Amino acid sequence: MTPASSVLLLTTLTGFGYGLLAWLGLFCALGLLPHALWFLPVGVMIALAFASGGLLASTLHLGRPERAWRAFSQWRSSWLSREGVASVLTYPPALGFAALWYFAGAGAPATRALGLLAAFMALATVYCTAMIYASLKPIRQWHNRHTAPDYLIFAALSGATLLAALTGIWTGHARLTGALAALAALVAAVAKLGYWRFIDRQAPLTTLASATGLAAFGSVTPLDQPHFTENYILREMGYQIARKHAAKLRRIALVVAFGLPGLFALLAAIGIAPMIAAPLAAICTGAGLFIERWLFFAEATHVAAIYYGRAV
Amino acid sequence: MTSLPQPIEGAKKLGLVIDLDTCVGCHACAVNCKEWNTGGHSAPLPDYDKYGADPDGVWFNRIHSYEATGKDDGCGGRTVNFPRSCLHCETPQCVTVCPTGASYKRAEDGIVLVNTDICIGCKLCSWACPYGAREFDEDAGVMKKCTLCIDRIYNTSLPEAEREPACVATCPSRARHFGDLGDPSSDVSKLVAARGGVDLMPELGYNPVNKYLPPRRAMIPTRATETPVRSGTGLGAALLTLVDRVLSR
Repeated sequence: MTPASSVLLLTTLTGFGYGLLAWLGLFCALGLLPHALWFLPVGVMIALAFASGGLLASTLHLGRPERAWRAFSQWRSSWLSREGVASVLTYPPALGFAALWYFAGAGAPATRALGLLAAFMALATVYCTAMIYASLKPIRQWHNRHTAPDYLIFAALSGATLLAALTGIWTGHARLTGALAALAALVAAVAKLGYWRFIDRQAPLTTLASATGLAAFGSVTPLDQPHFTENYILREMGYQIARKHAAKLRRIALVVAFGLPGLFALLAAIGIAPMIAAPLAAICTGAGLFIERWLFFAEATHVAAIYYGRAV
Repeated sequence: MTSLPQPIEGAKKLGLVIDLDTCVGCHACAVNCKEWNTGGHSAPLPDYDKYGADPDGVWFNRIHSYEATGKDDGCGGRTVNFPRSCLHCETPQCVTVCPTGASYKRAEDGIVLVNTDICIGCKLCSWACPYGAREFDEDAGVMKKCTLCIDRIYNTSLPEAEREPACVATCPSRARHFGDLGDPSSDVSKLVAARGGVDLMPELGYNPVNKYLPPRRAMIPTRATETPVRSGTGLGAALLTLVDRVLSR
């Protein structure tokens, strides 16, 4: 699948935003956030800015962005529609959570409850995003049991690094949040390695013989192409990435998205320049996850490309 | 609504039956489809870089050629021309993934259509189709697809004999047939039963309505390749070998 920058931005930025919102809600409920009047309102604003940026970027992917509002209607059947609905439904509890923190106090039961609701909606939105990909049957690298948990794990990592950066800058230390980000980086690395191992061993979904109904005639190979130049199907779904480039990019993603953030987060946790180390962890995660998300698309193959003799 | 319609008892399942035995790969179906549909329900079907080095555009039919080898009947392999278009599936994921309701399946005849007036151009339907049947209109920013010539088959201003899809009407080898595949007594259903029509990629579970008729097996057994016979040794045999070689040239 051709990686479109608007969709890469959507999935990585919303991962940061909703990940941060989820951790803020959970940490508030556990009473683990710094009791500063502006800490949570600023945190929620940062979270919503990331999420909104991602959602706005996704409209650039649309052929008719001015009709985007129509996407809220088909939540009964469409994960894309559910994502839109969930993203909008996340704003009221998130804003209410920030307001209650400011006016009712960090420890008020209502603040904690609304924080948990905001966290739940944030995670639900990430899950809907993941399910857009996980529900697509023609793409074996997406339609599997790894996709949805992986998106949640990567959002948890993104949010944890952002929370560590926020607490590091605000309070000058990030013991708990740094440790959390380091742990998330480890879990995320294991999840991604497991995913790569899984897709490398997957069997193709179909054969050209089955795709052409010619299975009774033996093996089928393409003879003549229907057209000489690339069409929409090949441009959108026939993306091919050289195996050696993919292997190199996987290593880069592993180091930048998980290795370096884990290291920086650990430094922040043990108190070595948390004001610098924690933000560095977040920046590395962003860059690394962008590469990881690019690979998620570039390595995904669509069965329709089999008609053109491309590997699926 | 992008939820699939509740099946209506006795509703039509309109579709195509494509005969891979008689298709000659002339692309006439693709051309006539383009000609009709660029002025029809989903008009226009745009072309990009028309006279340039990389011409491209929206087409609802793509005609591939394949070679099938292995389990053949003596001729070693066969060329199969393969027209590819929307199969108007019974359980089309292209419909259910649509966030706007633009992509829909008609309850009354099973035709899968796009309402280009409300399509937002998210392209998700094309990702959900394993057959590569949907092509994006880059000019209008909306998705386009085969309409089964909905503007011909119900068009009362056309003579009744012409109320069939453009691809069917134009096929010079009668390799394309149109009809109700939900009715077991229809001509197309009988044809599918008689010729052992198949679904494409049945393992993906889309339950396509369109059927493909596999090529017929050769009825005339092919002769085994002749092998030269050596009769005995000596001058006579050597002479015969020489004659055989000369005559074999």
